[in-house]
Amino acid sequence: MELTEQQIQRYSRQIILNEMGGKGQLKLLKAKVLLIGAGGLGSPAALYLAAAGIGTIGLVDGDVVDLSNLQRQVMHSTATVGMPKVESGRKTLAAINPEITIKAYHQNVDSDNILALVSQFDIVLDGSDNFATRFLVNDACFFAKKTLISASMFRFEGQLTTIKPHAGYPCYRCLYPEPPPAGLVPNCQEAGVLGVLAGTMGIMQASEAIKEILGIGETMADRLMIYDALEMKFRKVRRPKDPDCRLCGPKPTITDLKSDYTVSCTL
Amino acid sequence: MIKVRIPTPLRPLTNGLGEVETDATSITAMIDTLNSAHPGIKDRLCDETGELRRFVNIYVNEEDIRFLMGKETSLKHGDEVSIVPAIAGG
Repeated sequence: MELTEQQIQRYSRQIILNEMGGKGQLKLLKAKVLLIGAGGLGSPAALYLAAAGIGTIGLVDGDVVDLSNLQRQVMHSTATVGMPKVESGRKTLAAINPEITIKAYHQNVDSDNILALVSQFDIVLDGSDNFATRFLVNDACFFAKKTLISASMFRFEGQLTTIKPHAGYPCYRCLYPEPPPAGLVPNCQEAGVLGVLAGTMGIMQASEAIKEILGIGETMADRLMIYDALEMKFRKVRRPKDPDCRLCGPKPTITDLKSDYTVSCTL
Repeated sequence: MIKVRIPTPLRPLTNGLGEVETDATSITAMIDTLNSAHPGIKDRLCDETGELRRFVNIYVNEEDIRFLMGKETSLKHGDEVSIVPAIAGG
């Protein structure tokens, strides 16, 4: 596979980077990235991944575009309100970069469909909006040995980490062993979120995905990044492997996706 | 003095403050001091048995106390404590 003249022109500003080059661009064009959730985080991530020339982008989301989404979900527009988010997203991404493949899955992920989905991709970005899905995605990526870039947000605050236990790093359960019980934290609608924060966090996810594909820079796999938009503060803390982890520890008690991933709308 | 960083979800309990100060010498003492000044915060951090909840992490500087001495982890002048709960918004 070689870059066409048009591709060299389209991607010239990043091909010129020593860390990328033509070789790196070809890696991006061969890469397959799955976005769980085509919402606040998935939108900005998808826009930049499409623009950067990620060859195959998968979008999975069971929702349709709602007017209240548009404050932060920049892949959608007033004209696509009522349309499945993955179809709205496909249109936007195809307009930005018609040469990439976009796969749209209008469904929610669950323990029956997720392994078949993630196995078709190289890297997964979690931009889902509830704990049950986050634990399910973590566990599925662990079993499928796929690198997962996880970001989440709450009001003015965001968190980001890279998860690749198949390379000896900790999993999401090493960081947070269990989800909060429903009712202990506010639900999605009560909580609220600064729209711009979704952009900040989603674009950082895209950046980490590109770094993982190219194998450049410092991985976030042993760090958790915490961003406070009000204070304009970024903090990184260490994220060790939990020797007692129920999933990726030496004596796992979670050995399949049969545990209870009840979706509760808690942030 | 030790700075304690309060995450967004707990700020309703600290009158919106994102950072409070303490001179506690351990995490256990810090949680009790915090709870005296801001009643209710202990319940958000610890379960009925007093153990730290499984979806809340406390870091002293860059280190997760679960991998240090847990709640008995000691604190000294100049340390920065961060309370970091799991969040799931997307």
